[in-house]
Amino acid sequence: MSRDFVRQIPMDPGYFQRRSGWMTRLHLDPWLLLLLLLLVGFGMMVLYSASDDGLGTVRQQATRFAVSFVLMLGFAQIDPSVYRRWTPWLYGAGLVALVLVMVMGVGSKGAQRWLSLPGLPRFQPSEFMKLGVPMMVAWYLASRTLPPRPAAIAVVFVLLALPVLLIANQPDLGTALLVGASGLFVLFLAGLSWKLIGSLLGVFLLVAPGLWLFALREYQKQRILTLLNPGSDPLGAGWNITQSKTAIGSGGLSGKGWDQGTQSSLDFLPESHTDFIVAVLAEEFGFIGMMVLLALYLLIVMRGLFIAARGQDSFARLLSGGLILTFFTYVFVNVGMVSGILPVVGVPLPLVSYGGTSMLTLMAGFGILMSVHTHRRMLTEG
Amino acid sequence: MMDWGTLKDTLQEKHLFQSRVMVAMIIVLLLSGVLGLRLYQLQILDNQLYATLSDRNRVQVQPVAPTRGLITDRNGRLLAENRPVFSLTILPERASHLGELMKELKALVDLTPQEVERFEQRLNQRRRPFESVPVRYHLDEREMARLAVNRHRLPGVEVDAQLVRYYPYGALTSHVLGYVGRINEQDLQRLDPVRYAGTHYTGKSGIEREYEDLLHGRVGFQNVETNARGRVMRVLERENPTPGNNLQLNLDIRLQQVAHQALKGHRGAVVAIEPDTGAILAQVSTPSFDANQFVTGIDHASYAALRDSPDVPLFNRATRGQYPPGSTIKPMLALVGLATGAVEKDTTIFDRGWYQLPNSTQRFRNWDRDGMGRINLYDSIVRSNDTFFYRMAHDMGVDLMAHHLAQFGFGRVTSLDVRDERAGILPSREWKRRAEGEAWYPGDTINMSIGQGYFLSTPLQLAAVTATTANRGQWHSPRHLKSVNGEPHGEIWLADADIQGVTIGSEDEWDYVIGAMEDVVHGQRGTARSISRGLEYRMAGKTGTSQVFSLAGEEYDAEELEERMRDHALYVAFAPAEDPQIAVAVLVENGGSGGATAAPVARQVTDAWINGFPEVMTVQPIAANEDEL
Repeated sequence: MSRDFVRQIPMDPGYFQRRSGWMTRLHLDPWLLLLLLLLVGFGMMVLYSASDDGLGTVRQQATRFAVSFVLMLGFAQIDPSVYRRWTPWLYGAGLVALVLVMVMGVGSKGAQRWLSLPGLPRFQPSEFMKLGVPMMVAWYLASRTLPPRPAAIAVVFVLLALPVLLIANQPDLGTALLVGASGLFVLFLAGLSWKLIGSLLGVFLLVAPGLWLFALREYQKQRILTLLNPGSDPLGAGWNITQSKTAIGSGGLSGKGWDQGTQSSLDFLPESHTDFIVAVLAEEFGFIGMMVLLALYLLIVMRGLFIAARGQDSFARLLSGGLILTFFTYVFVNVGMVSGILPVVGVPLPLVSYGGTSMLTLMAGFGILMSVHTHRRMLTEG
Repeated sequence: MMDWGTLKDTLQEKHLFQSRVMVAMIIVLLLSGVLGLRLYQLQILDNQLYATLSDRNRVQVQPVAPTRGLITDRNGRLLAENRPVFSLTILPERASHLGELMKELKALVDLTPQEVERFEQRLNQRRRPFESVPVRYHLDEREMARLAVNRHRLPGVEVDAQLVRYYPYGALTSHVLGYVGRINEQDLQRLDPVRYAGTHYTGKSGIEREYEDLLHGRVGFQNVETNARGRVMRVLERENPTPGNNLQLNLDIRLQQVAHQALKGHRGAVVAIEPDTGAILAQVSTPSFDANQFVTGIDHASYAALRDSPDVPLFNRATRGQYPPGSTIKPMLALVGLATGAVEKDTTIFDRGWYQLPNSTQRFRNWDRDGMGRINLYDSIVRSNDTFFYRMAHDMGVDLMAHHLAQFGFGRVTSLDVRDERAGILPSREWKRRAEGEAWYPGDTINMSIGQGYFLSTPLQLAAVTATTANRGQWHSPRHLKSVNGEPHGEIWLADADIQGVTIGSEDEWDYVIGAMEDVVHGQRGTARSISRGLEYRMAGKTGTSQVFSLAGEEYDAEELEERMRDHALYVAFAPAEDPQIAVAVLVENGGSGGATAAPVARQVTDAWINGFPEVMTVQPIAANEDEL
């Protein structure tokens, strides 16, 4: 422990100055905060041109961001050890909520995702589990020797399987996979042996045909087929992807200019302010704009991983690492889907797509990251 | 945490974690690289392809319909123009639930059941894809405002401003101009799809159909930016259409009105021609109909009423009505007889009231059964003696008659630009063999000599024949078109058909025949003498009756006969006799005697033309229901 403490000091020379700053007192990470603000600002510009009601949509998004920001601020104040203490309860509550969704949930478009309990605002338990699952896996693994032993790995799989299956059953395959991935990321960061990783991949490849035949629903298969051949159904399932590729491709190097995108303003691009907003950005700001966007995301991820690497204890490290890798997964899946290299799954572009719930969860996650980063010193002091 | 301290090597765990973070970082960078490459491929390498796709998405080439040319009469009065009309249309491809949409529309606009019915008819007809289907024409301002407010929840509903053909004189000109109507299935097969890309109307009959090519104009194109729902956002580029040519007709709308009013209360026709040129000055068929009803589509009930009316208002009697020319052919036949030597000017016969062919007992009666006693050719024209012509025809024979009557214009389409003109029938041996499969009998010749039997002619043809007589044999094809865009192209475009006219007859013989025609009007015993009172110029005319119904051997009593069984009254004339300005043919269906009913109509027309019109003369339009008998 003491060696560990000593090693930390020279790696962060500005630490003592920042400690006295107001940022530190608020438990904020200035780098992460700056990057997030840049990203959200850029996102609002794009949202403005993607929506057709002037400032209305942007104002709503700004309000959501303000609420999320306060939430992040709140989460940053809480000491990681508090999260750790509460993790099993939160996870358990999440599972109960998922079961309740199955029994009495409400929803739209054939999926039951929302839970409306007396005294609480309507919420999506699956969204909550995006935080709950990595916390639980981190909590469990942090209490075991690492790299994890087979028995621990088996327990982790059980911990993962329960929420993933419940969410997949809603059905919300996209979220289920992301929630599962967040747990797997934690497992990976905990040091799951390469041999096991290899064999897990092998098992997945073996069961994939079975999943295709029995687990996937017709529309999900259709989306995958559409990815392979968007021209097969140009006005149906392939329409979205054809139009978004057209939007991206027609942007060229420097884009058509802000608010000059024809694909979205003329309504050719569906979901242009939610899941497909990146196509609007690509059309209006071109390849350069996309590189700026990816760079912002990469910097956030790098900063997140840096924070994780320097986490106080295994729980903090695993949790923050898992969260930031999940964040990147969102980006990759969304951009991959819109640019036509991944099937269409309902994953928004984090912090840019219009929509409230995911922004709340994401900002809460960043609150946890900031908490991990800013409570180290105090913990060791205490 | 300290509880596990002994079991856990935290430092080693941290190193393990950090190495995993490095691996994760590498994977993140690799995956970002994949995204970057994909974007490079789409945005840089394939940019051209997608830019084209994007433009093809939003930019559409739209045809712009040319404005149809105007039609005026010889004095420049507008006979056919284009008026802006706001109409409610539906683009079926954009309307998701047509049934519900119609329900919503009915709440906003008072749609009559007929309008809904016609909309459904049009919907089921073949049409171009993405061509909107009209629901209601002539929206008023309140309806337009209501539609504008609710437009966002009415996908596929558009308010179109388009120019729609309008005929200011209504029924007065319908049989001349014809009308335009919406392009239908048959039209689509006939019309060039490119030239008509933006056009909704095409000429269906009359002048509108005959000169469709001139009137239509050249289509223009515009590149428009549309949104995904097909609504035009802006015009990017435009090549203006070339409007159609303005046509000036020979028609004088004032004379048209005079002729129409003169026929008031009758089923009949008047055609007036300028002998020097063949210009059609008036062409009337009564009763008429209002062509405006047909432009935007007539509803079933109104159409059925027109179609089933016993007066057949849709039938153009002037150009398609074929009637036995009756005694109106006598002057022409007289000329043929003189010129071919079949008769001499001083030939006389004794009329006992009938004529009998050699070796036959059948008697062909004179209209005056008491007979007219000794009579020559001149008086046979003036008094319309049949017996003389029976005899002369028998001497001449059918072949000579048919050959020379054809030179006057009988038995063929005479005009250059009257749509769907009928040719009538000029009987001959050859015709009868072909049409009836029978040999020509001597009795046929007798019937033919007084314009009965198989002989049929249209009022237009009779006017042309009369004009040829007025010209002493010189032929000018009747024509409507006077000029195009104000330039007298008529001569070039409408050169006389290659017809030589009447090749026989000396000046003397023409004088003789025309003199007799003058005495039909001005003579003491002329059959049209009743119209000579107050006549300030010399008119040459000839009356005629054409039998509707053969009263074999029965007494003819006009009073007792059903009105529709009465003979048609005919009268042809030209005036002034010494310098013909106008040739007229008048038909009054079931009018009885030509002198009594048809001749007064002709006089009103020639009076107007020769004495001139008032300085200021308003021509009243005739509405659809005003022209019923």
